[in-house]
Amino acid sequence: MDHIYLDHAATTPVDPAVVEAMLPVYREIFGNPSSIHYFGREARKLIEDAREVIAAEIGATPKEIIFTSGGTESDNAALIGAAHARQALGRHIITTKIEHHAVLHTCEHLEKEGFDVTYLDVDQKGRISLDAFKNALRPDTILVSIMYGNNEVGTLQPIKEIASLLKGTNALFHTDAVQAFGLEAINVRDIGVDLMSITAHKFNGPKGVGFLYIREGVLLETYQHGGEQERKRRAGTHNVPGIVGMAKAVKLVSENREEKKQMMYRLRQRMLDRLTEEGIDFAINGDLENGLAHILNLYFPGTRVEALLSALDLAGVAVSSGSACTAGSVEPSHVLTAMFGSDAPQAKSSLRISFGLYNTEEQVETAARIIAKTVSGWQKPKHSG
Amino acid sequence: MIYFDNSATTKPYPEVLDTYRTAAEQFFANPSSIHKLGGRSEELLKKSREQAAQLLRVKPQEVIFTSGGTEGNNFAIKGTAFAFRHRGKHLMTTRVEHPASLRAFEQLEALGFDVTYLEVDRNGRISLDDVKKALREDTILVSVIHVNNELGTIQPVKEIGQLLKDRPKTLFHVDHVQGFTKVPLDFHEANIDLCTISGHKIHGPKGTGILYKREGIMLSPLLAGGGQEFGFRSGTENLPAIAAFVKAMRLSLERAQNGGIARLRNMTDRLRQALASHPLLSFNTPSGASAPHILNLTVKGIRSEVLVHALDRQGIYVSTKSACSSKTQEPSAVLLATGLSEEDASHAIRISLSFENTMDEVESFLDIFMQTIDKLETVME
Ligand SMILES: Cc1ncc(COP(=O)(O)O)c(C=O)c1O
Ligand SMILES: Cc1ncc(COP(=O)(O)O)c(C=O)c1O
Repeated sequence: MDHIYLDHAATTPVDPAVVEAMLPVYREIFGNPSSIHYFGREARKLIEDAREVIAAEIGATPKEIIFTSGGTESDNAALIGAAHARQALGRHIITTKIEHHAVLHTCEHLEKEGFDVTYLDVDQKGRISLDAFKNALRPDTILVSIMYGNNEVGTLQPIKEIASLLKGTNALFHTDAVQAFGLEAINVRDIGVDLMSITAHKFNGPKGVGFLYIREGVLLETYQHGGEQERKRRAGTHNVPGIVGMAKAVKLVSENREEKKQMMYRLRQRMLDRLTEEGIDFAINGDLENGLAHILNLYFPGTRVEALLSALDLAGVAVSSGSACTAGSVEPSHVLTAMFGSDAPQAKSSLRISFGLYNTEEQVETAARIIAKTVSGWQKPKHSG
Repeated sequence: MIYFDNSATTKPYPEVLDTYRTAAEQFFANPSSIHKLGGRSEELLKKSREQAAQLLRVKPQEVIFTSGGTEGNNFAIKGTAFAFRHRGKHLMTTRVEHPASLRAFEQLEALGFDVTYLEVDRNGRISLDDVKKALREDTILVSVIHVNNELGTIQPVKEIGQLLKDRPKTLFHVDHVQGFTKVPLDFHEANIDLCTISGHKIHGPKGTGILYKREGIMLSPLLAGGGQEFGFRSGTENLPAIAAFVKAMRLSLERAQNGGIARLRNMTDRLRQALASHPLLSFNTPSGASAPHILNLTVKGIRSEVLVHALDRQGIYVSTKSACSSKTQEPSAVLLATGLSEEDASHAIRISLSFENTMDEVESFLDIFMQTIDKLETVME
């Protein structure tokens, strides 16, 4: 049986049209964009065209986009670059307890360097409180990093409100929009961020490529040194086919965005309806109203997530327990722990189901039935007993 | 079309693209995911790593996939400096490194590290005596480019490695980006601790590379996050490109072993022989101890950019200096370090070959090249 892939928050299949856009670049325009001859110039045109597409998509100017090797690099570059560039103004950073590890571990690294980091709590829906944020803000706060939408539970944060609270302060505002980009229409001017991380493989683009939006006028310390690419802000020979593929994926994802989003809502609702019909005991972790359309995190009382995952896997349903990067470990999810407390059963008995472009309602039906059957194996004896 | 700018980047082999495409379609899942699809991706990643290790004659756990040569050099150099700063603050490198190393060292200097830049002779080569003299109790890193990207000069990497053999506290990093597959290097024999290679220089995809990291060395990671690559390099693995890169490694090494290196040498020898007597030309690449695929020469009286563009119009692609800095008009720092005058350095071009080039191309190149410089010379006069 074919696997039903419901783990799109971990990564997405690359759109065949994206690969089609990349292959001719590999074959014909393989030059180094820094070379001054024809092949270099053609390659340079391609990356500058891609930069324009991407900038237009988020309401930025092309100069404000630098290409990176992915979300992790964008997060590291933004945080370390901003903290180091601003340390004369202060050494306080604010982030949340539910960031991706690319942000959290970078903050821990900065703590070792002597920066002072506040990790904001979240409520049971996974949202920070603006009051707590206001209280955390200090004159020496130089950087705030708060993710746009969470990769495990999907909860959206009040990005615009945070941005307006930061007006007139010394703090740069970074958001990790890796999970949100694509289904959410994001305009950087509108939301008021200074820095934003994106990776292509989460929206049917190629792996190994992403970008960082840096608002004009914001100076970061360069973290990867070398050639003069990206106006000296990120050295390294450009991944031209990857960049072209990412721009293609950006174009595709922005077409019929609202339709695609509605489709995700439908798939999500179908999963919930079916599980309810099957009489399964479950609760939603996160915030459906204020959450990313493609992510559904569910608590199934009485189950053990590792066993549940392998049973589902055997039955042909690919879902996950949390972010892929931590999925290999048995550590409880730091996101669920932040939401429900360290001993909360949710952290041991929850699944992340994440939908994507190629999922069909039939697949979701089938997956829901398999999930219900598997979960009831744990729940029934308990309920009848 | 004659593409002689392979030190800037190479064209991927068709088989490499097939691998890329197949892997992108069939192994899209995240290797860190624990479901079956993730497991299959993890398996492909593991196989790719094992094969890369086998080709490099190292252990799989010593292979760290990166986004390219720039990241590899930055990681090796800064990762060593940050991890071992308590042991010492002295670092050693050469004046003729690629900017991916030089700029990293400059950053470390700004942070209080003490960096020795070894001078080079007319051939672009450092002296072992200078290395010996510069070594200190607190030297934690020696970083040397194996094959220079502008000149093709080969540094005495093996000998430096021998010198460092009984200095366990001094790590040895080699930038092998230009040399890999064209100039064989045994990492163990040369006592190398860290070695950078890049995929797009060997007909692999751009955005791929490997840092060889001898087992047990605890570098400080540059990219924190999900803990991929044994915790040393976070970020979702670019699996299709990794598989394609390893394919390119295998194919390039096969070609090298099947007479490819000798063919490269024949081609550069032919270029030298045909160009040697021309009154306007002088070779900057030394004839001994240089890579078989790079020939750097000065064309008296003709600025590099002018010549590159004139050749470009005729479908011949060479370069002025290293691509990463080719936008700036200043003469190459590497050539100046060898003692070349500003004028001669501003009139230098680099011809760089690959296993894909042929002797026929060399002959056509020679015809057009000679005609072009004759024409330009009359214009200049
Ligand atoms: C929210 C978030 N940030 C950052 C990343 C890291 O991105 P990448 O895997 O491209 O390095 C991920 C995914 O892995 C993510 O979900
Ligand atoms: C000797 C050398 N080291 C490092 C690099 C950087 O590698 P990459 O282009 O993969 O970042 C290059 C090429 O640009 C090079 O020639």
